[in-house]
Amino acid sequence: MPDNVVSLEADAVLLHRIDTFNRRYGHVIDEDLLEDWPIFFSEDAKYLITTRQNHEANMPVGLIYCENRGMIEDRVSALRIANLYEPHSYRHLIDPPVITARQGNELSAQTSFACFRTVQASAPEIFCTGKYLDRIIDDGQDLQFKERIVVCDSERIDTLIAIPL
Amino acid sequence: MSPLDFNPNDFSEIPYAVYSDDEIYAEEQKQVFQGRAWHFLGMDIELPNAGDFKTMFVGDTPVIVVRDKEGKINAMVNRCVHRGNLVCIEERGNLDHLTCVYHNWTYDLQGNLASIAFERGIQGEGGMADDYDKSCHALPKLAVETFCGLVFGTFSENMPSLTDYFGPEMCSNIRRLLDRDMELLGRFQHGLDGNWKLYMENVRDTYHATLLHSFMTTFRLNRLSMKGAVEVSEGGLHHLTYSIRTQDNDQGQYDAKEIRASKDDYTLNAPELLQSWPEFDCGTTLAIQSLFPNFSIQQLSNVITLRLIVPKGPHKSELTWWVLGAVEDTPEQRAMRIRQCNLVGPGGYIAMEDGAVVGWVRRGVKGAPDERSVLAMGGRDIERKSESRCNELAVRGFWQGWHGLMEN
Ligand code: FES
Ligand SMILES: [Fe+2]
Repeated sequence: MPDNVVSLEADAVLLHRIDTFNRRYGHVIDEDLLEDWPIFFSEDAKYLITTRQNHEANMPVGLIYCENRGMIEDRVSALRIANLYEPHSYRHLIDPPVITARQGNELSAQTSFACFRTVQASAPEIFCTGKYLDRIIDDGQDLQFKERIVVCDSERIDTLIAIPL
Repeated sequence: MSPLDFNPNDFSEIPYAVYSDDEIYAEEQKQVFQGRAWHFLGMDIELPNAGDFKTMFVGDTPVIVVRDKEGKINAMVNRCVHRGNLVCIEERGNLDHLTCVYHNWTYDLQGNLASIAFERGIQGEGGMADDYDKSCHALPKLAVETFCGLVFGTFSENMPSLTDYFGPEMCSNIRRLLDRDMELLGRFQHGLDGNWKLYMENVRDTYHATLLHSFMTTFRLNRLSMKGAVEVSEGGLHHLTYSIRTQDNDQGQYDAKEIRASKDDYTLNAPELLQSWPEFDCGTTLAIQSLFPNFSIQQLSNVITLRLIVPKGPHKSELTWWVLGAVEDTPEQRAMRIRQCNLVGPGGYIAMEDGAVVGWVRRGVKGAPDERSVLAMGGRDIERKSESRCNELAVRGFWQGWHGLMEN
């Protein structure tokens, strides 16, 4: 079998692993298993929610900006304990990933997503569409985000963002 | 009863109609947004080069803000004098001159009509009516002034200068925060589910901050027992409140059992989020300032932000945040600002409740235009200054300023 087919096949396995990983990620958020959400990140992971405008202009601040897993965990405890907002839930639709680079055990991938939000008894609405720009560590068995940058297509967020994307 | 029919000596009871009435909304567009007020248009660093422009709204009026070839910032209505098309469609960019795409009329960067396509017709046929003198036409212009990098415009022809409009106390806080080279670290925008004035009341409400925002109270970012004050300018128009974190005189009023927002067992896994440095000699750790009608500047530890709330009809509004750093920041200071920025914006640990409460009040007052809110915390008067921030005086001041313009 020619080399490129072998590598494509290898990619298909890898793609499937990343895809599964992304779906699990969406699952813990959508099913309100947020205490499991930080586990997707490495200890030193960066998690950033930004807008396309800020991202393209290289402006660093985030709608949510975490520099390590501790800060990621704090987002969960704050929304459980400290912050006040109307009860709402998300439903993520996550595309299969596109692998953009691979170096040693580190992968770069980009994935489109849409997130619907349902606030209490209101009808679901499209809350956000965008892309995940990821750097993923692959130890051969498990995947973990070293960096997940969530780039929202629109600059405008409706009312607030408490639950992560 | 007219919703504007309030006692001009008492702004402590406000009819709910002000948040929902269509006529009030239309009147407000004239008296406040087209009227005697200076309106925030953006920062001069957003338009560094000749030809840089941005589009935005002053009230419901679409506006172009552009730096011309002489380096001056101009603002004009974004509506073609031909048939009303938007002249600039993009939010930001750089242009040599302005061209309306509909029929290709062009304007210079001062907004003057420069050319009309086929003005003389084609091969002597057609062409613009002889009595239409293009040198007499321009996009309606706003007067523009800049202070500490903040660009303001007004449609009114007889406004005091920008610094006179703000007054010396307000100017000194703006200087304290912004009189240096600043860097834009990002912008946020969120749609809010209520009238713009509900948000401005919230900005000026020193009473709610530590009650609604658990995060703020628990981490002692602001408690009413800290040393601080609230001031309003002449006529109530603008306000400033500030506090100093190291001086907290709490005598048990913030006991977790009494105040929902105080959560004594809540801690952060990554407390570096709150790491800050003493940026200002005065020791101020929290300062919130509103500049009438719909603009505010705030410092929360080292997060320096600007907020502009633009009405989108009586029942909706749109809030934009500018997050700033100083060009002279060390990398560590810049990193602290970026981390602390988690406190503000649509996802801000502190700010998220403010956006939500606007919608909740709208829903609460919807069916009750004739009922009134009570703003009697700290009495009913509008003193110019109070050391107690357990006070709604700055909100009463807003209504005094608003009513003054609406009564015109
Ligand atoms: S509407 Fe602008 S050129 Fe006709
Ligand atoms: Fe608030």
